[in-house]
Amino acid sequence: MKKVLINITVAIVAILLPLVFRAPYHQHILITILIWAALGTAWNLLGGYAGQVSFGHAAFFGLGAYTAGILALHYNISPWWGLLLGPLVSTLISIPVGLICFRLRGPYFALAMLALGEIFRLVFINWVTFTNGAKGIMIIPKITMKLPYYYMALGLFFLSLTITGLLIKSRFGYYFISIREDQDAAESLGIPTTRYKLFAFLPSAFITGLTGAFYMNYIAFIDPNVVFSLANVSVMIILVVMLGGVATLWGPAVGAAIYILLSEVFRTRMGAASVLAFGILVCLVIMFLPNGIVGELDGLRKMALRKMNGGEKSGLLRG
Amino acid sequence: MHLLGQTLISGFLLGGMYALIAIGMTLIMGVMKIVNLAHGALVMVGMYVTYICFVLWHINPYAGMFISMLLLFVLGSLIQRYMINRLVEVDSILPENQVLLTVGISLVLTEVIRFIFKSDYLSVSTGFSGKTVFLGKMSVSVPMTIGFVIAMVFTYLLHLFLNRTDLGMTIRATAQDRDAAVYMGVNVSRVTMITFGLGSAFAAAGGSLLLPMFYLWPDIGHLFTAKAFIITILGGMGSTAGALLGGLTLGIAESLGATYISMGYKDVVGLVVFLLVLLFMPGGIKSLVKR
Repeated sequence: MKKVLINITVAIVAILLPLVFRAPYHQHILITILIWAALGTAWNLLGGYAGQVSFGHAAFFGLGAYTAGILALHYNISPWWGLLLGPLVSTLISIPVGLICFRLRGPYFALAMLALGEIFRLVFINWVTFTNGAKGIMIIPKITMKLPYYYMALGLFFLSLTITGLLIKSRFGYYFISIREDQDAAESLGIPTTRYKLFAFLPSAFITGLTGAFYMNYIAFIDPNVVFSLANVSVMIILVVMLGGVATLWGPAVGAAIYILLSEVFRTRMGAASVLAFGILVCLVIMFLPNGIVGELDGLRKMALRKMNGGEKSGLLRG
Repeated sequence: MHLLGQTLISGFLLGGMYALIAIGMTLIMGVMKIVNLAHGALVMVGMYVTYICFVLWHINPYAGMFISMLLLFVLGSLIQRYMINRLVEVDSILPENQVLLTVGISLVLTEVIRFIFKSDYLSVSTGFSGKTVFLGKMSVSVPMTIGFVIAMVFTYLLHLFLNRTDLGMTIRATAQDRDAAVYMGVNVSRVTMITFGLGSAFAAAGGSLLLPMFYLWPDIGHLFTAKAFIITILGGMGSTAGALLGGLTLGIAESLGATYISMGYKDVVGLVVFLLVLLFMPGGIKSLVKR
C-alpha cells in the first residue's frame, strides 16, 4: 500500500514538474534527464540484471535515430513514424548481434559490443549516399514547444520502467540474475542461457531504439559521431546506471537526474574543466560507491533495519 | 606491384611500433586480468611528455622517450596502487566495474592534458622527419624505420627480462596462477604494481616512436586503445610474441585496407578482424600455430 502511494506521488510530481519549471532551458534539462533515465533503465535490464555489460548500446540508439532521420531524408515520411519503425529496426538488428556476441562472456562480451558499436559508427559515417555521412541529417520539427516533448519523454521512461519492472518480477528476472551470478550453474539447472540473455537484450534494444527515434524528433539534428558515440552514449549510459545503482529499478533514473544536473552545473560554472570534474566524479563513484547510490542505500537501510529490530534475534542466535 | 610492396612495407614498419604499445597492454591484461581502456590515454600522455622535452629542452624524441618512459612507469604504478587495486578489495555486483574505472581514468588523463595544452594539433619535426630511402621504386620512411628498429630492440629486451631475470619470472608466475604465486612467496601486489608501470612505460615508448609521424592531440588516445585491443586479442592475451605478430598483422591489414578499400573503411577492417578473432580464435593467432 505504501509503495503504491509513493508511486502515485512520484507520478503526480513528474506530471506537474514542467508546470513549475516553465523556462525552456529547465524543461530541456528535464527532458534530457528522462531520455537518459529511459536509456539507463533499458541498459540495466541487460547489463545490471542479466550481467551482460554492453559497451555498444549507442548502436541501437543510433539505429533508432537514423531510422527516423532516413525516413525524412529519403522518403519524405514524417520522422514521427520513426517512433514505430526505429525500435523495430533496432530489435531486428539486436537478434544477430546478440546471437553472435552472447558466445562471449564478461569482459570479452563488453569488448565485442564495443567493437560492434564502433563498426556501426564508421559505416554510418562512410555510407554517405544513404546516411548523408558525417554531415548528418537535419529536420524541421513541427512542434517547437517543449511541453509535449516532456510528456512524450515521460511516457518513454514510464514504458522503459514498466517493461523492466514486469520482466524482473517475473520468472525471467530470476533467470536473468542467475545468469549474472553464475552462468555455468544456471545452465546446469536447465536454463537456456543464450535464449534468456536474448530475452533481456531484445526489450533493451527496443527501448534504446525508441529513445533514439525520439531523440531525432526532439533534437532535430543527428550525425554519426553524436548518436553512435562511444564516449558520449555507450559509456554514458553505463555511467548513469553505475552512478544510480546497478540492478535496481529506480537507480538509473536517480543516476540520470544527478548526472544531468551535475554536468549542467559543471558546464556553467567551470567551463573547460567540466569534463575533468566529471571524470574525477566517475572515478570516485566507482571506487567508493561500487553499487551506485540506490544500491548502497538499500544496503545501508537493511543494515539499519537489522540493527533496530534484529537485536534480540541475533542475541538469540548467539545464545 | 610497387604499390603492394609499398603498402606492405609501411604497414610492416607501422605494425612494429603498434606492437610495442600492445605489448604494454598484453602485459597488464595477462598479469592483472583486467581490461585497461586507459591504455591509449597513457600512450597519449607519454607522447606529450616527449613533446614537451622536445619543445622546451630540444631533446630528440628518441632520447626524450626514456624520460617519458620513466615518468609513465611512475604514473602507471600509482594508478594501479591507489585506484585500480582498490576495486579488488570492494565487493560489487558487476566485476566489469574496473573496465569503467579505466574509462574514468582515461577521461581524467585526456582532460588534464586538454586543460594544459588545449585541443590544438601539435607535431614534432626532427631533421629527418620527412626523409626517405628508396628501395628500388619503393620509398621507405627513415623515422618509421628507426622507430621499428627501436621497437624490436625493446621487445627483445622485454623478452629477455621476462625469461631471464627473477623479477620477470615472478611476473610470469603471477600471470599464470596468481594464488599459486602467492603461496610460493611472490609479493603479488608489488608485482602487479610493477607490471602496470612497465606496461605504461611501453605505452609511452610506442607513443614516442610514433610521435614524428602522427599529429598529437588529447583525443588521440582512443585511437591507440582500439589498436592495442585489436592486437592483444589477435595475439592472444599475455603473450609478447603474439602481440608482436598481432601488431604486424594489424599494421599490414590496415595499410592494405587503406590502399585497396578506402581510408574511411580502414578502421572497420581492423574491427571486423577483431570480432572474428574474438569469436572464432579466442586464443589469438597462437592457437592457429599450436594446431
